[in-house]
Amino acid sequence: MAGRIVAVVALTGFLVGLSFATFSEMRIFLPAMLRGAIVTLQVSVLSALLFFVMSFVAGIAKDSRVVPIRWLAIVYIEVFRGTSLLVQLFWLYFVLPEFGVVLSPMTAGVLGVGLNFGAYGAEIVRGAMAAVPRGQFEASVALNLSEWKRLVRIVIPQAVIVMIPGMTNLTIEMIKATALVSAVTLVDITYASVQQNQLHYRTLEIFTITVMLYYCFAQFVRFAGDALEDRFSRHLGRGH
Amino acid sequence: MDWRWDFTFEVVVPRLWEAAGITVYATFASFLLALVGGLVLMLLKTSNNRVVSRVVTEFIELIRATPLLVQIFFLFFLLPEVGITLPPLTTGILAIALYNSTLCAEVYRAGLQAVPRGQWEAATALNLSTYRTFRKIIIPQSLPPIIPALGNYLIAIFKETPLLSFVAVGEIMHASKLIGSEYYRFTEAVTIAGIFFLVMSLVSAQLVRLVENYVKRSIQR
Repeated sequence: MAGRIVAVVALTGFLVGLSFATFSEMRIFLPAMLRGAIVTLQVSVLSALLFFVMSFVAGIAKDSRVVPIRWLAIVYIEVFRGTSLLVQLFWLYFVLPEFGVVLSPMTAGVLGVGLNFGAYGAEIVRGAMAAVPRGQFEASVALNLSEWKRLVRIVIPQAVIVMIPGMTNLTIEMIKATALVSAVTLVDITYASVQQNQLHYRTLEIFTITVMLYYCFAQFVRFAGDALEDRFSRHLGRGH
Repeated sequence: MDWRWDFTFEVVVPRLWEAAGITVYATFASFLLALVGGLVLMLLKTSNNRVVSRVVTEFIELIRATPLLVQIFFLFFLLPEVGITLPPLTTGILAIALYNSTLCAEVYRAGLQAVPRGQWEAATALNLSTYRTFRKIIIPQSLPPIIPALGNYLIAIFKETPLLSFVAVGEIMHASKLIGSEYYRFTEAVTIAGIFFLVMSLVSAQLVRLVENYVKRSIQR
């Protein structure tokens, strides 16, 4: 509950401040920064989708009984967790063209961030699936459910509630990580504020706005995560 | 695609090797600072003065909710304006240390809270001094959960150092960017940098595991 109040107060305060700022002299650099914020938002939403898909695919594949699939998942997770996101973004944008694959800055940024965080999310998904009691597997075998049905109808619905807090944290981490996409020439809010700072030398105002925007994004995700957790624990008859 | 081995070994590897020193230096310097900073933040957060603990809690939240890159830029541009001119490397180390000290503070707090209340009460009942309570009772029990978490942060800091290339610190990523723009060949430089990071983090993950086992065993004794 406290988190929600903070989120709402932060957001309203920010919007009020923003409208004041628009009419003051901040209007020289605000439009450029808001354009940057929109790019950050686009990258965040798109890479969040990729991140969720990859977490589930890799998390389930890592426990697969088929050896090649399991190895593929392990290699994916180790490689993307073992190297730095910045290196991966550079690789996608500057090295892949050498192999004949030319990506637009947006595609490279979304792929880099999404794949990197998918590797971290895979561990959360796997851990949550392992937390489903063994009796559930045995019961579904006894009821002669197919493997697919067991996964979709029995295991995942029970695992989702366990993975929500971890995934919420990781999504916030991911939004913060989108600050790196400026490396592939995308003008996101971080890069826009650096540019505007070099033009106008208003470090304190510009970077305070940037920090607050990121803070608001993070609070929004936390808000959504709490709501989802409420929703899922209600139907399970747990929590509260 | 054309991968040139002579270019790799004559230009890329020697120059990245030089830059690796700065990466390692930045990693350990900011890790040590973060360890101390985290302790200070944790003590302030759990302080009895409610104003102090509230302010520190919000400060930790704010640092954790914003990207490290923005903080690096913030310090990099703001410090000179208030009259503090530091070399980019120092500014970068400070930013990384600040960011990670908030994370370390949470690790310490979780470790201390994992010690059951009865242990504190028993120490009081046995009339142990504060020093002996911490040295013999509390710290040995809170270390096992803390050590692996701190080790993971060490690896995380190592992978955060490429961010310093944004403020022109000559670490590995900066060196490979420079090689890329001098020769217009990004393939070798960026790939070697990636392999360097992969190998280093796999090795250090193993080291963390060893230390974890060692701590577990030495405490059980």
